[in-house]
Amino acid sequence: MGLLDFFSRHANEIGEATLEHIWLTTAAMALAVAVGVPLGILSARRPGFAKGILGGANIAETIPSLALFGFLLPVPWLGERSDRLAIAALALYALLPIIRNTATGILSIDPAVRESAKAMGMTPRQILFQVELPLSLSTLLAGVRIATVLTIGIATIAAAVGAGGLGEFIFRGLAMVNNQLILAGAIPAALLAIAADLFLGILERRLRPAGR
Amino acid sequence: MTPEADGRNVIEFVHAGYRLPNGTRLLDDVHLEVRQGEVLILLGRSGAGKTTTLKLINRMLEPSEGEVRVEGRSTVEWDAIALRRRIGYVIQETGLFPHFTIEKNIAVVPRLEGWEEQRVKARVGELLELVGLPAGEFRGRYPHELSGGQRQRVGLARALAADPPILLMDEPFGELDPVTRADVRDEFLSLEKRIRKTVVMVTHDVPGAIMLGTRIAVFDGGRVKGVYSPREFLRSEEPEIAAYRKEIRAPADLET
Repeated sequence: MGLLDFFSRHANEIGEATLEHIWLTTAAMALAVAVGVPLGILSARRPGFAKGILGGANIAETIPSLALFGFLLPVPWLGERSDRLAIAALALYALLPIIRNTATGILSIDPAVRESAKAMGMTPRQILFQVELPLSLSTLLAGVRIATVLTIGIATIAAAVGAGGLGEFIFRGLAMVNNQLILAGAIPAALLAIAADLFLGILERRLRPAGR
Repeated sequence: MTPEADGRNVIEFVHAGYRLPNGTRLLDDVHLEVRQGEVLILLGRSGAGKTTTLKLINRMLEPSEGEVRVEGRSTVEWDAIALRRRIGYVIQETGLFPHFTIEKNIAVVPRLEGWEEQRVKARVGELLELVGLPAGEFRGRYPHELSGGQRQRVGLARALAADPPILLMDEPFGELDPVTRADVRDEFLSLEKRIRKTVVMVTHDVPGAIMLGTRIAVFDGGRVKGVYSPREFLRSEEPEIAAYRKEIRAPADLET
């Protein structure tokens, strides 16, 4: 049986798994951005915190993904549902590039721009929202893009804890020594990653500040 | 000559000093008065404390010793935001917002102050004309599309936007070539005659200092060595002052 044949016969299943995969990735990214951007801003403000925050995120990044899913299993509330668990673990991985790029983006703003914003009597909040964030948006988005591509790949492992997604085909294929099953998970996952990369790349260029 | 000051002190330094957190002393026992409507020039070598002095006025820094008073009130008693909105600030690097058009850049403080949109637009047009840039042509451009001299003019327009009574300028013409600098300087002189702001200006440009200054404060090693009228400055026998004067007679502007 050819690969295309296999794909068309299991189109429904693959489609469902793809949607699950997108849900896991999107939820994890939303969580990672919600946590990572404020942490990145804090890192840029306080060099003292930056070491701790980036160090912590770095450690999370080095834990083998399968082990991380395992570690989180006994955590109350999180361990109760597999998708919750998977989203938390994925968000943890996505954190580092987001924190780092947010901080880098803010720190690379011309100091004269920040100085004159302050000297004009802008409040720290106004400086953040009118100057720092708009000017670091494209760097920040580059971080989100890296993290998204990474997360789509790692999300295949979520199937190991029963969270679904395209990883299910891969794990099943490995168990049954069936290459077509493995590819039924791997190819859509790769295509998703490419699509996300392209889309976010376009967004990143669009949002690049006009004056650069 | 610049317009005569009317005698009221707008800014006073009372034995003000400033030390970095690590203890390095940048400014020591500075005693200075800036009168209403005058142009006080701060002259001195790099690291002599001129920029620090400027930043103490709009509370970008707070004095470690003594006091800096603006309009009779110590800067630390002022609400920092309210104080800064009364003080225009022009720096050499301009610090224009690269993601804002020229119009938006100039409109920052008026918008923060909640001006009506129509008034903001009118004010931007007025200011662009004031600094010699045709409003129609420049409103919609971005800072990177302008030359250095044009950017510095926009920086000046932005500082003047909400009509602050005080203007602080840190080498406002520093990055310009000598010819453009002379032009912008002349324009500033005629502008100051009309708008009569109280100006404190840091500069390395000695001819400019003599031309623009009501008085010239000479800094050295974090202290004020003396305050001179341009006439006194030109006649002084002190070797330090004489050294500055040499620059005026130098055949070319060797600086920067």
